[in-house]
Amino acid sequence: MSDVAIKHDEHRDDLGAKLGMWLFIFTELLLFGGLFLVYAVYRDIYAEDFHLGALQLNVTLGTLNTVVLLISSMTVAMSITAIQRGNKKLSMQLVLLTVLLACVFLVNKYFEWGAKFEHDLYPGSDLVLQFKRGSIIFFGLYFFMTGLHMFHVVIGMVVLMVMWFKLKNTTINKDDNVLLENGGLYWHLVDLIWIFLFPLLYLVT
Amino acid sequence: MSNHKAEHQHITDYWVYGLILVILLALTFITVYMVHLELAAWSVAIALGIASVKATIVLAYFMHLKFDNMLFKILVVAVVMLFVSFILLTFADYLYR
Amino acid sequence: MTTIPYKSYLEPQGKYTGLLDWLTSTDHKRIGLMYMYAIGIFFIIGVLLGLLMRIELFKPGETIMGPQTYNGIFTVHGVIMIFMVVIPGLSAVFGNLFMPIQIGAKDVAFPKLNLLSWYIFMAGAILAVLSQFTGNGPPDTGWTFYAPYSTQTGTNVLMAVTAAFVLGFSSILTGLNFIVTIHRMRAPGMTWFKMPLFPWALYSTAWIQLLATPIVGITLLMLIAERVFKIGFFDPALGGDPILFQHLFWIYSHPAVYVMILPAMGVITEIIPTFCQRRIFGYKAIALSSIAIAGVGYLVWGHHMYTSGMSFTARWIFSFLTFIVAVPSAIKVFNWVATMYKGSIALKTPFLYALAFIFLFMIGGLTGLSLGSLATDVYVHDTAYVVAHFHYIIFGGMGFAFFAALHYWFPKMYGKMYNQKIADIAWLILFFGFNMLYFPQFVLGLQGLPRRYYDYMPQFETGEVLSTIGGFVLFIGIIMMITNLIRAARNGPQAPDNPWGGKTLEWTIPSPPPMENFDTPPVVSKEPYDYE
Repeated sequence: MSDVAIKHDEHRDDLGAKLGMWLFIFTELLLFGGLFLVYAVYRDIYAEDFHLGALQLNVTLGTLNTVVLLISSMTVAMSITAIQRGNKKLSMQLVLLTVLLACVFLVNKYFEWGAKFEHDLYPGSDLVLQFKRGSIIFFGLYFFMTGLHMFHVVIGMVVLMVMWFKLKNTTINKDDNVLLENGGLYWHLVDLIWIFLFPLLYLVT
Repeated sequence: MSNHKAEHQHITDYWVYGLILVILLALTFITVYMVHLELAAWSVAIALGIASVKATIVLAYFMHLKFDNMLFKILVVAVVMLFVSFILLTFADYLYR
Repeated sequence: MTTIPYKSYLEPQGKYTGLLDWLTSTDHKRIGLMYMYAIGIFFIIGVLLGLLMRIELFKPGETIMGPQTYNGIFTVHGVIMIFMVVIPGLSAVFGNLFMPIQIGAKDVAFPKLNLLSWYIFMAGAILAVLSQFTGNGPPDTGWTFYAPYSTQTGTNVLMAVTAAFVLGFSSILTGLNFIVTIHRMRAPGMTWFKMPLFPWALYSTAWIQLLATPIVGITLLMLIAERVFKIGFFDPALGGDPILFQHLFWIYSHPAVYVMILPAMGVITEIIPTFCQRRIFGYKAIALSSIAIAGVGYLVWGHHMYTSGMSFTARWIFSFLTFIVAVPSAIKVFNWVATMYKGSIALKTPFLYALAFIFLFMIGGLTGLSLGSLATDVYVHDTAYVVAHFHYIIFGGMGFAFFAALHYWFPKMYGKMYNQKIADIAWLILFFGFNMLYFPQFVLGLQGLPRRYYDYMPQFETGEVLSTIGGFVLFIGIIMMITNLIRAARNGPQAPDNPWGGKTLEWTIPSPPPMENFDTPPVVSKEPYDYE
């Protein structure tokens, strides 16, 4: 197509938009990267204490949440296929399903955190402060990392809801769906981080 | 810069995503199962190795890297390498203290 | 070609009038100017705080303030100057103003995001300023917020740290915007190696902003969590390691030095060929050395920590890498000098600032190498020598490059010309004042004067007095330069579209540029510095 055509088309640049999203994802990865660095250092120093700390975590709930996030990752990926094939209704349903799965994740986390608080296992509690130093750090990291991740889940849900409305009023459609792709990328990022959080926090041997 | 507007899109079939999910779930259960094998020193390496495989699959298929512009692949690799060098240099301190 | 009536970006654009017309504008040039005005104000505040410190150090003992006030003032001076002036300085001001024009684009890739970055910047800046007046007194940790003191002091660290976090977010978004802009919006025909070198420098800078800032972001978040929830990440009593904080902090803050200096080098690279009317020497070497500096710059952070208790292995590795990063910087200096060789040099104000930059940057860079070598650093760590070194780099380097850019692009920004004689005199005063202020600190540092104390032993008095006098000379130079420019912006004579004979794209359009820069999108076929 000629350059003139582009000029009149209020510069739409799908590749540019996607590049912007990827760059943003890089910043998020490095944000968590800093935490993983901290985790690695303390795990190196306090291998034993980390193991004891991890024993307090509920592996079943953790696994369940991993499964939920993986499924939600798939549904959001499918919603892109759906809109690319022009199936608006299916695409909207899949996005909504993703949001519901995110809710399930949060409810799970609520019970998980709730149980910890009931047993006085939270940073700065009298019980935790009596632990060995490595276990104190472990619980600090556990709450900080999962908390920050949860925050991203919530943001992701808001993003997905925006996608849903944009699908509804056909701002996102068969020919112009880079926005949904970018929203999907953000949701996969949330999944990606959990893929590493799960074994590092719950499965420390 | 001329081909700005929509680039040609690669549309992934639903069943591919289904298959990817099955693989990811299988890998998750393997990781959980590994814990009970008491492999001690190796368990961290295995857990992280499996997590990396899972992450690569998510990046390649769910995040479409496999079908996307070469630029994105290069950048992702570069960012991962940068992060690895952060870890290595930090451990140049902690391992030799 | 259709005749569109010419209307500069400075004139009202309809819809709103006055200030609101500017505050809602997504035009990259206007956002650049808004950054400049804000940063100008913060710079003056920072300078005044610096002067207060110089007055305190005029005599041994307590002169005008006690130790706690002094600690607060050097912290505030550092936070303002680093996070609000030099880090955003060149890329947010001149990057926004001229990078899109230089690559032949109408605007940046995400204009709304660009405006949002400005608002986030202002929010962070307001928080930073507020942190000085609220809570239990201004933070007294130094701009580095070292743990564990920063997790324990009763002063207003929390708000200052939040401010730094917010400012970092703004920096990330600017970097993101620039990378996409440079990748996607170059004019037809402008290949990577036909792009001017200022955008090249900004491109490398943007990658640092993008990839290093999140690390300090998470570090500051951890610091906040540590203060609020008593987590113990960096508190030895709870099992934490304070040195880890230093690692994380410098993983960002060393690359941040390159966020300051890389665009400065880019500016100098634009100015030198223009005023020598000569093709830049070693174009590719300069372009790629920017990338190399950005790359290796990530890996040298440990040289801030030689005396922190880091392992010996890590120390020599970091020392070695530090020497490597000096190579691409030196490549640039050689190329600048080689460009001047046999050029027809016009000694105009921007060129004078560029020369001052090279001189000061050389001193700053070479003393940086002496600090980067392990054995020397142990002796001069945390002395005035370090203070002198980084002021030569940051103020002598980035600051003078900023002034150079200001005088170089001023006619394009406002369509007016400043009084060049006064500008030259101001340059001379600035240059002398600067050296008089900071050079004695090298000597004092070698004699053992520690930094960050409100008091000193009597034998250091001569140096300190010289330094304080230099500070005032410098201040006079700054005031003279700024008033000269303000007067010119108000009612200076009309400037021609291309007063210096530059070849890059910004000199092909009217001064001040129209709203979308180009009436017809430019098509590039030549290299950027096509003199001779």
